[in-house]
Amino acid sequence: MKKDLLLFTVFSIFIMLAPQLFSGGYLMNVLVFVGINTMLAIALNLLLGYAGQISLGHAGFFGLGAYLSGILTTTYSLNPWIAMPAAAIAVGFLAGIIGFPILKLKGHYLAMATLGLGIIIFIVFNETIELTGGPSGLPGIPNLELAGIIFDSDVKNYYLIWGFTLAVMLFSLNLSNSRIGRSLRAIHDSEVAAQVLGVNARLLKVQIFALSAVISSLAGSLYAHTMTFVSPASFGFNFSIELLTMVVIGGLGSIYGSFLGATLLTLLPEFLRAAHDYDIIIYGGLLMLMVMYMPGGLVRGIPVLFRKIVKKKGES
Amino acid sequence: MQFDQILQYVLSGLSTGAIYALIGIGFSIIYNATGIINFAQGEFVMLGGLLTLSCLELLKLPLWAAIPCAIAVSTVVGILFERLAIRPLKQPTPINLVIITIGGSILIRGLAMLVWGKDTHAIPPFSGDTPIAIGGATILPQHLWILAITLLIIVINKVYFYHTISGKAMRACSYNRRAAGLVGIDVRRMVLFSFIISSAMGAVAGIIVAPLTMTAYDVGVMLGLKGFCAAIIGGMSSGISTVIGGLILGVLESLGAGLISSGYKDAIAFIILLLILFIRPQGLFGKADSERV
Repeated sequence: MKKDLLLFTVFSIFIMLAPQLFSGGYLMNVLVFVGINTMLAIALNLLLGYAGQISLGHAGFFGLGAYLSGILTTTYSLNPWIAMPAAAIAVGFLAGIIGFPILKLKGHYLAMATLGLGIIIFIVFNETIELTGGPSGLPGIPNLELAGIIFDSDVKNYYLIWGFTLAVMLFSLNLSNSRIGRSLRAIHDSEVAAQVLGVNARLLKVQIFALSAVISSLAGSLYAHTMTFVSPASFGFNFSIELLTMVVIGGLGSIYGSFLGATLLTLLPEFLRAAHDYDIIIYGGLLMLMVMYMPGGLVRGIPVLFRKIVKKKGES
Repeated sequence: MQFDQILQYVLSGLSTGAIYALIGIGFSIIYNATGIINFAQGEFVMLGGLLTLSCLELLKLPLWAAIPCAIAVSTVVGILFERLAIRPLKQPTPINLVIITIGGSILIRGLAMLVWGKDTHAIPPFSGDTPIAIGGATILPQHLWILAITLLIIVINKVYFYHTISGKAMRACSYNRRAAGLVGIDVRRMVLFSFIISSAMGAVAGIIVAPLTMTAYDVGVMLGLKGFCAAIIGGMSSGISTVIGGLILGVLESLGAGLISSGYKDAIAFIILLLILFIRPQGLFGKADSERV
C-alpha cells in the first residue's frame, strides 16, 4: 500500500512537471488529449479489466457527457460547473437502468449488445438536429472558469484535465485495493463462485458499469469544455474500439497500463501523420498481436520481455 | 398510406432481409462449431463485392467467372484468418476472442482501404436493370437474383448439414465439442470448415447485394452487425429460423425507413437486437436453455 502511494506521488509529480519539460505548444495540446483518453481508458478498464465485462459502447457515454454539457451550457446557458455533474448524474442514471438487462448477458452477447447501444446513441446524436446540431456539430461551448482563471489555453487545460485524471486514477487505485475491488476480481474469475461467497454480483456489475459511464461522461464534459465544439464523428463505433485497444495494449486491470495504452495510442497518430489514413491497420494489427503474444498488455509484457533478454545475455 | 407503397417497402425489405439472413447464417455456423462470434464476418461480405469488381475490371473476367473467383479468394482470407489468428490463440477466453476478431476485422478493412481506396464502387447487375412490375410495386431483376440465390444456398446448406458426413460431424460439434472429439471427429478441422463455409457465404452475400447498394471498403461493419441481429432473432441457428429473422429485420427496417424516418433506419436493427437480447436471448423461436457452470 505504501509502495502504491509512493508510485502515485512520483507519477503525479512527473505529470505536473511535464509542461516544463515539453514546452512546445502543439505537444501540450496532444497531452491534453492523452489526459482525456487516460480517463476514458481507466473507466473502461474498471469494467473490462476488473469486473471482466466488455463494453463496445463507451464512446456513447463519452459522447453523452460531452453533448449534455454542451447543450446545457449553450442552449440553456447553465454554468459549466453545474452542467458537468448534472450530465454525469444523468449518464450514470441511464447506465444504471440499462445496466440491469444488459449485464445479464455474457461474453460475445454482451459485446454485441453494448456495441448496439453505442451505435443507437451515435445515431441519436446525428438525427436530433434541433438539439445537437446533427452531423455539423454543436459550436460555442464555453470554457471552464475557476476563481477568475478561464481555461482557454493548452497549458491551463493541461492542468485542468490532468487534475481530474489524477483524481480518477487515485480513486481507481483505491477502489482496486478495496473490498469492492476484490469482489470485482472474484466476479471476473467466476461469477457463480463470487455469488456463492456472498458477493451480490448482479448489483455490483451494474454499479461498476454506472461508475464507468459516469467517469466517461465526466471525460466527455471536460472534452466539450476544452474543445468548445463537439460533433458526432468523435463518438462513433471506431472510438469505442480505440478505447478497447488502449486498455488491451496497456494491460487489462492495470491503471498505469491504461495510462500507457492511452499515451501510446494518442501519440502514435501524431508521429504517423503521413500514414494518417492507415492508422486503422495499425490498430487492428496491434490488437491482434497483443492478444496473441502479450495478453497481459505492455505493463506486464515489458518486464517479462526484459527478463528474457537479460537471461539470454547471461547464457551467451 | 397506399397499399402499393407498403408492398414496395415489403418487397425491397425481403431482398435486403435475404442478405441479412445469409450473413446471419455465416455467424451461426462459426458460433455453433466453435462458440466464437466472428466480428470479422461482415468483412467477408465487403471482400466478396470488391473482389468481384477487381476480377471484372482488372482481370477482365466475365461475370460468371468473376464471381467464383471472388468467392475463392474470400475463402482463402477466411482460412488464413482462422489459421493465423484464431488457432494460435493461447488463452481463448470469450473476451480475447472478441478482441482478436475485432482486430482482424479492422485489419482486413484497413487492407481493403489500401487496395481499393475509399471510393464507393458499383458492380453491374447480373441481368440488366429493367424494372418488373408486381401488383402496384416494381422490383429489379437483381432482387429476384438475391432471393433465388439465397434460397439455393439455404437448400445446399440443408443438404450439407443433414446428408453428408462432414455436415453431420459439424452438427455433432455444435451439440457437444468434447463428445464429438471422443467419437473421432477432428474438431479442429471442423472449426476450419466452419470458417471456410461462412466466409464463402459472406462473400456470396456481398456479391449479390453489391449491384443494388454499391460497395466500399467499409460496408462490412453495418452489414455484419445486421446479419448478427438476424442470427440473434433466429436464436443462432444455421437453419430456417435465422432466415426468418433476416426477413423480419429487412422488412421492419424497410417499413421503418419508409414510414417513420430514414435517418433512424439503422437504429431499428439495433433496437430489435437489444430487445431480443433482453427479453428472449434464446431467439424468437428457441426454447429457454439452462446454463451449466
